Amino acid sequence: MNIKDIEKLALLARIELSEEEKQKMVKEMDSILVFIDQIQKADVDITEREAGDVRNIMREDGEPHESGIYTEDILKEAPKTRDNYVEVKKIL
Amino acid sequence: MKIDLKNLNIRKAHDSMKSGDFSARELTEAYLGVIKEKNSNINAYLHIFEENALKQADEADKRFRDGTAVLLTGIPMAIKNNILVKGEITTASSKILENYHAIYDATVIEKLKRAGAVFLGGVNLDEFAMGGSTENSAYGVTKNPYDDTRVSGGSSGGSASAVAMDGALSALGTDTGGSIRQPSSFCGTVGLKTTYGRVSRYGAIAMGSSLDQIGPIAKTVDDAEIIYDCIKGEDKMDSQTIPENLIKEPKIKEKMTIGVPRHFMKDGVDLDVMKNFEESLEKLKSLGHEIKEIELPNIDYSLATYYIIMPAEVSTNLARFDGVRFGLLKEGENGIQDYMKTRAVGFGPEARRRIILGTYVLSAGYYDAYYNKATALREIMKKDFVKAFENVDVILTPTSPIPAFKIGEKANDPVQMYLADIFTVSANMVGVPAISVPSGFTEREGKQLPLGIQFMAPWMGENVLFKIGKDFLNEK
Repeated sequence: MNIKDIEKLALLARIELSEEEKQKMVKEMDSILVFIDQIQKADVDITEREAGDVRNIMREDGEPHESGIYTEDILKEAPKTRDNYVEVKKIL
Repeated sequence: MKIDLKNLNIRKAHDSMKSGDFSARELTEAYLGVIKEKNSNINAYLHIFEENALKQADEADKRFRDGTAVLLTGIPMAIKNNILVKGEITTASSKILENYHAIYDATVIEKLKRAGAVFLGGVNLDEFAMGGSTENSAYGVTKNPYDDTRVSGGSSGGSASAVAMDGALSALGTDTGGSIRQPSSFCGTVGLKTTYGRVSRYGAIAMGSSLDQIGPIAKTVDDAEIIYDCIKGEDKMDSQTIPENLIKEPKIKEKMTIGVPRHFMKDGVDLDVMKNFEESLEKLKSLGHEIKEIELPNIDYSLATYYIIMPAEVSTNLARFDGVRFGLLKEGENGIQDYMKTRAVGFGPEARRRIILGTYVLSAGYYDAYYNKATALREIMKKDFVKAFENVDVILTPTSPIPAFKIGEKANDPVQMYLADIFTVSANMVGVPAISVPSGFTEREGKQLPLGIQFMAPWMGENVLFKIGKDFLNEK
């Protein structure tokens, strides 16, 4: 991995990094990648894989709770609100 | 009266409150007293819920008077601060949730409240449960009560040291790769990682959702069992919980066959840990159990596989912390810059490392080489465990390859820190339950440091773990 890779990943992950942090991260990632690359030695076939036993089971999205009963508690935790809405910067 | 907290367990406390030796309020006050005395040095507790704890204790006393008290009524507990207790500050030891108050109770908390347990406070962890020493907490390290120059282990270091310093009778932790068991072995407590899906995670701040489990940290196996019995069960709010009609516990045998994967313990295990492990095997033999050497052919890959799957899940789970709906907001020029700055200031180095690594292993060009391969390996490992459990009742390893290490000793080398999880991650990877029980001490610089051994049982085999754990610790 090089600095460019780190910059691209940091942008994808929405994390700002200083130049110093990027340099440090390159080194750390290299040692971690050497470690996890062990699995390349394992003899596994990934061409015809099926979903494993552990998979997500979604519940029915029914029986909604009464509208508004959690609104106050939830908004209290939001950094910026206006008129019962969470406020963010305009996008356009 | 002075309550003998050191020799207390849940049943003794229950009997004493029932017979009126002391009240739930006196018991809670005794623990709050210890916390006030020791916590400024040990730093197990981040937040002490004193006012509510005393109210809960008074409620418990009412239940003892009107005869509705159950075993956990009035039992003072420490709660890992990534498990939501409504109204209480819950940070997961991250700056990004610095002032976050839980807006609902986790399912496990709801169950414990119904039983009448008392919540003394929220205890320290590595940020978002990522680490093995609590050194990744944004609020300082939790020291080991046996030697305050050493770590308590992690990520549930606060839970284990709260129990070890007699700052709580028992505690809840979470375990994604060893985070209940490793600090238990460092602090001389019992720690149970439950079968994947046996305990609801609703209200636990997610780290690696295919791995995370909540479980007890306690002074005895019996205490861990009492808490497990209270918190287990299907929950419609956690779709991964196992439906009750599919629960099939293995049969309990008086004399068990214990499998030991010796091929997996060759390198990197401390000599004193190995000596203690051999002594533990002798003890189990003398109790009438049979020791059998087994092979888990792909277990050497477990840690590398774990450090692919876990960060992948971390990078997705931690995407929700963006400064919009809760927690910290650090503003930039536009919406995207808000995210970038909030997450830069809010996440510590290890969280950032794992998010970046997870983003990498999931990215288009590397998905097959890392994530896809790791999930395939995980399935193979699971089959290895199924096969092993055809011949043995439990599998035994040391819990950690090393005793509690010095604060700062591994802080600058992430891979060295990861290696401390070598024996614990596979239970999470394949989903089986595992328990760490104290197995003695080793001396370092004149201080006695606890050690632990880990039993793993087949899926839903917590009953087997309680049986062999009690046997080993001579609990009646």
